Amino acid sequence: MNNHYATSKGLHLNYSIINDMIEQNARVLDLGCGNGTLLKLLKDNKHINGNGIEISQTEVIQCLEKGLSVIQGDIDEGLKQFPDKCYDYVILNQTLQSAQNPHYVMEEMLRVGKKCIVSFPNFAYWRVRCNFFFTGNMPKSKVLPFEWYDTPNIHLLTIKDFFEYAKKNNITILEGIYTTRATIRKGIQYSKFSNIFAEEAIFVISRD
Amino acid sequence: MITENNVGIVETKFYTIEDKIKFDSGVEFGPITVAYETYGKLNEDGSNAILVIHALTGDAHAAGYHSENDRKPGWWDTIIGPNKAFDTNKYFVICSNILGGCSGTTGPSSINPETGKPYGLSFPVFTIEDTVKVKKKLLDYLGIKKLYAVAGGSMGGMQAMQFVISYPDYVTSAILIATTSRLSPQAIAFNAVGRNSIISDPNWNNGDYYDKQEKPDRGLSTARMVGHITYLCEEAMYNKFGRRLQDKDHYDFNFDVDFQVESYLQHQGQIFVDRFDANSYLYITKAVDYFDPANKYGSLQNAFKDTDAKFLIMSFDTDWLFPSSQSKEVVNTLMQLGKDVSYCEIKSPCGHDAFLLEYEVQEKIIKSFLNTHIKGEENE
Repeated sequence: MNNHYATSKGLHLNYSIINDMIEQNARVLDLGCGNGTLLKLLKDNKHINGNGIEISQTEVIQCLEKGLSVIQGDIDEGLKQFPDKCYDYVILNQTLQSAQNPHYVMEEMLRVGKKCIVSFPNFAYWRVRCNFFFTGNMPKSKVLPFEWYDTPNIHLLTIKDFFEYAKKNNITILEGIYTTRATIRKGIQYSKFSNIFAEEAIFVISRD
Repeated sequence: MITENNVGIVETKFYTIEDKIKFDSGVEFGPITVAYETYGKLNEDGSNAILVIHALTGDAHAAGYHSENDRKPGWWDTIIGPNKAFDTNKYFVICSNILGGCSGTTGPSSINPETGKPYGLSFPVFTIEDTVKVKKKLLDYLGIKKLYAVAGGSMGGMQAMQFVISYPDYVTSAILIATTSRLSPQAIAFNAVGRNSIISDPNWNNGDYYDKQEKPDRGLSTARMVGHITYLCEEAMYNKFGRRLQDKDHYDFNFDVDFQVESYLQHQGQIFVDRFDANSYLYITKAVDYFDPANKYGSLQNAFKDTDAKFLIMSFDTDWLFPSSQSKEVVNTLMQLGKDVSYCEIKSPCGHDAFLLEYEVQEKIIKSFLNTHIKGEENE
């Protein structure tokens, strides 16, 4: 599912940020793990005990080739097989916006993970806004390259939306990282500035 | 015929377990002779052994050829051999014929040493668990301290699963393909029809037909025809036969074979009676129907709780005999228990048969799985 978000320099930055967040030997579940690049990175650097869930057969095989443990499955069907809080981290990297039922996926990951890492492209990024304002078309960019009729990104959201969602659903934001190309800003309070100037957001969240 | 990418000429060997084995039913039975083949070399510490287990009507001949003139290689030759998924340069691969079978291992057609006659129906009913006990005896005899992997498809997958359950410390990894932890009532129903067709053949004669001229061939071939329907799927049948007629362009208005699908099933039935015993078919399908570790051990969780094996599970999307949902049940149980498990649902138009037909993708997956496994051990 990671492919739903076009590869760019930002994506590598995103991997290294997530890598820095995770402790050595942690138990990690990556939802929509794609070809397993992130899991492999975490396994090599942090010696994590990791599992991935991925819907595409081709990408599941690519994960297996990397020596990862991966389950072919649809995260929209939930994580019923996992007991509560059985992972140190559940990662939903660039996948939230392409879930059929993001609310259900979020609820499930918060149940299963002690901490969760969620990242998504910020639809309120100024370039996206300008693109929409000046062209009048559904915005496209390097990170959102799809046409409206074939995009897997069916639940696009903004940083502001995410803060409101967290508040409404009793979710604790432990860390917030806002990136634009190579620039990184941090903060656990909502900032209008980040909502306009961040291309992507990464949150560490939890619910007790 | 004998290609380079092959284990070459192989020979079926025999080992006799002299001691009696206690079966699930309570009966103690022996001696049991086991037919088996091995490929590759066992390493010094006995840690590179892989047990592969055949499906319902398979045999010990999994790879290579029996002679220069042999027309067909072993049943899993596509993935057992030098540089193949089960790489015989690295691994010591073992395959044995199932207990109750008719390809060398003691079964109802074998001679009962006490009477000098074939067992027939005096052969005890056995379970998948009993078949695994026999395999374990063979591995002990071969000097294998721990299996690097146990692998099987369909009924072979059930035995592989049972192997992990029965001997949790003896198995490093398990590869379960197109299998289930229990048959659906629908699958049991098809087995029942197969058994019924054998039993209702007058030549079956209560299982006592070995010295007769006429064998229950019609019953057995009908059972096989039913079996083959379950190994295909709607799409596979359209692809293979459609509604095409067999060697004709019009209906014959009689009850001979008109359609290609009829001809196929009839052919499969006919060739089957030459290589399989009707009583073995009854006993083995019964063992398959009885297999239900969740029931036996209280729950599937309980059955698997003691193993540290690493699992690779594969199913095929068009397999309705042992559908993906049944594989997922096993996957979910293992995930709940925090076991190391990978699962892939392979797309295929071939139904249950895909297990033997879609070998390229399986080879890739199994190879990756086994390779990383070795690396993991080296790191330790």
